[in-house]
Amino acid sequence: MVELVLFVIFGLAAFVGAITMVGARNAVYSAMGLMLTMFSVAVFYVSNAAHFIAVVQVIIYAGAVMTLFLFVIMLIGVDRDEDRREAIPFHRPIALTVLVLFGAGVLVAGRFAWVTGPVAGGDPINGTVEAIGGELFRTWVLPFEITALLLIIAATGAIGLALFRRDSEVGR
Amino acid sequence: MMVTPGWYMALAAALFVIGVAGILLRRNALVMFMSVELMLNAVNLTFVAAGRELNVIDGQISVLFVMVVAAAEVVVGLAIIVAVFRRQQTASVDELAELRG
Repeated sequence: MVELVLFVIFGLAAFVGAITMVGARNAVYSAMGLMLTMFSVAVFYVSNAAHFIAVVQVIIYAGAVMTLFLFVIMLIGVDRDEDRREAIPFHRPIALTVLVLFGAGVLVAGRFAWVTGPVAGGDPINGTVEAIGGELFRTWVLPFEITALLLIIAATGAIGLALFRRDSEVGR
Repeated sequence: MMVTPGWYMALAAALFVIGVAGILLRRNALVMFMSVELMLNAVNLTFVAAGRELNVIDGQISVLFVMVVAAAEVVVGLAIIVAVFRRQQTASVDELAELRG
């Protein structure tokens, strides 16, 4: 019962946040809508016994990633109006048609291909730090180390992109 | 009334489609990027719900890896957007046609 109430409330919140993100003219409102959606998804993680993932979601996504987004929005200006004319002929009708077809495909695939019942027995999973850490460092050590490498490469690449600029740009 | 993982998957599908809508309809590179994040979140929710349904914790491990890759992607992507903005003074993907032959 509690889960149902949580699902309804935060499902609506996630939906409204996502719609706001796509529809808002101001990029800051978009970021706020996405943040609402991310917090709601964190609540769903808790409902699904993924406690550690929920904490990581709040810290990484709602915290770090959205802060980064807001910084960049502030950097490149929030008051620039987006050009809403259609550059490609029939851009919007075609996009909406593709979208409807895609949504219908997702629903059909979900109706016929989603799992419908537990296939493995045993205790219900509980995504505590112990459970996640045990699995991560027993079975998934190599991918874990590779993600460390990936993060270092990404950080180096970002620094490189910010650091090297052509001489003509300096002082602009 | 029980909330089965299928409900979460349906909600995740709806969020994913909204993310696709953002990609298709918006032209601000930042908002498109946020739409990608929304799609990644929807897929993460699917992973967690499926993991609960199947009684395996691998779904949550997958979410962890997706989050790491998404974080790396955000860092590089936003750096590229800022670098492009410094040169072109715009973040609209329609005006970025430098690579056109």
